[in-house]
Amino acid sequence: MTTTTERKLTTQKAIAEGIATEMAEDDSVFVMGEDVGTYGGIFGATEGLLDKFGPERIMDTPISETGFIGAAVGAAINGMRPIVELMFVDFFGVCMDQIYNNMAKIHYFSGGNVKVPMVLTTAVGGGYSDAGQHSQTLWGMFAHLPGMKVVVPSNPYDAKGLMIAAIRDDNPVVYMFHKGVLGLGWMTNNPRATGAVPEGPYEVPIGKAAVAREGTDLTIVTIGLSVHKALDAAEDLEKTGISAEVLDLRSLVPLDREAIVASVEKTHRLLVVDEDYQSFGMSGEVITTAVQGAFDYLDAPPMRLATPDIPIPYSHPLETWALPSVERITEAASTLLVAG
Amino acid sequence: MDIPKDHLVDMYETMVKIRRFEERIRELYFADKLPAFDIAAGLIPGEMHLAAGQEPVAVGMRPHLKAGDAITATHRPHHVAIAQGVDLNKMAAEIFGRETGLGRGKGGHMHLFSVEPNFGCSGIIGEGMPVAVGAAMAFRHKGTDNVALSYFGEGAANQGAFHESLNLASLWKLPVVFICEDNAYAISVPKAASTAIPDNSDRASAYGIPGVLVGENDPVAVYEVMGEAIARARRGDGPSLVEIKTDRLWGHFEGDADAYRSEEFKTEMNERDPIIVYGNRLLAEGVLNEADMASIQQAMHDDVEAAIEFAMASPYPAPESALEDVFAGRSVQL
Repeated sequence: MTTTTERKLTTQKAIAEGIATEMAEDDSVFVMGEDVGTYGGIFGATEGLLDKFGPERIMDTPISETGFIGAAVGAAINGMRPIVELMFVDFFGVCMDQIYNNMAKIHYFSGGNVKVPMVLTTAVGGGYSDAGQHSQTLWGMFAHLPGMKVVVPSNPYDAKGLMIAAIRDDNPVVYMFHKGVLGLGWMTNNPRATGAVPEGPYEVPIGKAAVAREGTDLTIVTIGLSVHKALDAAEDLEKTGISAEVLDLRSLVPLDREAIVASVEKTHRLLVVDEDYQSFGMSGEVITTAVQGAFDYLDAPPMRLATPDIPIPYSHPLETWALPSVERITEAASTLLVAG
Repeated sequence: MDIPKDHLVDMYETMVKIRRFEERIRELYFADKLPAFDIAAGLIPGEMHLAAGQEPVAVGMRPHLKAGDAITATHRPHHVAIAQGVDLNKMAAEIFGRETGLGRGKGGHMHLFSVEPNFGCSGIIGEGMPVAVGAAMAFRHKGTDNVALSYFGEGAANQGAFHESLNLASLWKLPVVFICEDNAYAISVPKAASTAIPDNSDRASAYGIPGVLVGENDPVAVYEVMGEAIARARRGDGPSLVEIKTDRLWGHFEGDADAYRSEEFKTEMNERDPIIVYGNRLLAEGVLNEADMASIQQAMHDDVEAAIEFAMASPYPAPESALEDVFAGRSVQL
């Protein structure tokens, strides 16, 4: 029997490694965005790539999101596989036309004749007092609009595998990395942001959820940093004799509805935790899926814990109150267990 | 003029084909919408933006194109698509919403996409400009000498996409030619009421690239300017901005009462119809005679009629095929 020491990476380094792996294999892959070169990406997603691949393939852009995201669309149509970074998802307001009217619709308009294989990476999420224009997740909005896949890795292994799958996909993929799962030295320390990552290329399939923790009493369906919070909450719940299953959706488009239904059929109770705004979003979609697919199995009405429909506030107590927390997940789960 | 005769004739033929196509689309568009206009009715429902009068801006680049060159056009795309050689049958079928159309009936007349030739257009003002920049990036990366042509109206020159695209193309010295079709009106708003300077070509100086004004709606003038701009891009010397003063002979869309343009303006515009002016010039200079012109007219009309017949004989797509082609490789599930 041989023993191997598992190599561990932060999520941020795993993303960069996923990009590097594909760039080494496929000359049509290139990266552009603000500060992706010398800086290595504000959130480190392109760290070290400029040295490896040079400025022709790791391109710093002007602050010109309509221009360079639209250019990525044009490059993708013409045989390239661009990875283009929108620094914060909150900035989508200056360039959304290129994303939802152009990138996401050309394949459809062309009757499938024109493919748009590109990855739009963007940082999402709050919890560090960056206020209402730098803290949103907005994945529900992107998932709502047809024509783009949407993935949200929560850990290093998935981050690399989903990046490789996204680059290889013939469709536009919006790749949203939560700032709190990256393992950045300047963010709150998060032990779950570091984990084992294989060195070679591998794919995590887009559209497949993962059971992050098995349980029998209730299902917590969530995504992004809230997966970590749900896992922490599950540990607390275990001490009180409650066994929580945590389902990490990993992708919103396509949504793994079968995994949601299967878990609810097993546990009979559903709590959805979503850092995105509560109304018209992921939490409603997941609950609808469970109600339509597993109605007879539900022992209590599904619950949701999401960010209320308010701009993300700045002040620490306000923001901490607004975003889903371990304590509130634990509290909601306990409430759900005695309901019905 | 020292332009090859075949180029002069080709441009004339293409202008005639474009005009005939627009005339036939117009006839069929209205055929079942009157007397009470219903935009949703008929063989061709929806908005229809026709380019009669703007033929010179499209045909002037045609002899300079190579296989693989990319074009992005506007919500008024037919003249440019025809000039680039987009399959006329499939284009007509798309406009008629048929299964055999360029997009299997999913795009319609504002969303025509072709792989070969490399053409796309958009219903959003200025949207295609960054796409042309990206096409040029791909050409350079692949080491081809292909160029990207980006058509847009004078109204689009006030969009952010215009300025961002010119900056990027100049910054990265990309093979793009930006072509401003200045028909003087953004729907009803005259350019003087929307744009701080008379000539958008002057805006090229802000981005350190050549800006050339073609002051007349003349295919030969366009040919000469576009020849230089395309050659410059092809040899790696970077982008240019070409502005062409042209005329939109008809309304912004079919059904537009066009009350915002004076009768005097419209009369003068029709008197300088570029097909008539250019045809007379070819006659006067002996490039074509009356018999040549009659046979060109017949041949072009026949091509258009064949395309219309192909479209009208084609089946509609199965309704549930609406769920296909959102993504490559999978259908949307209800």
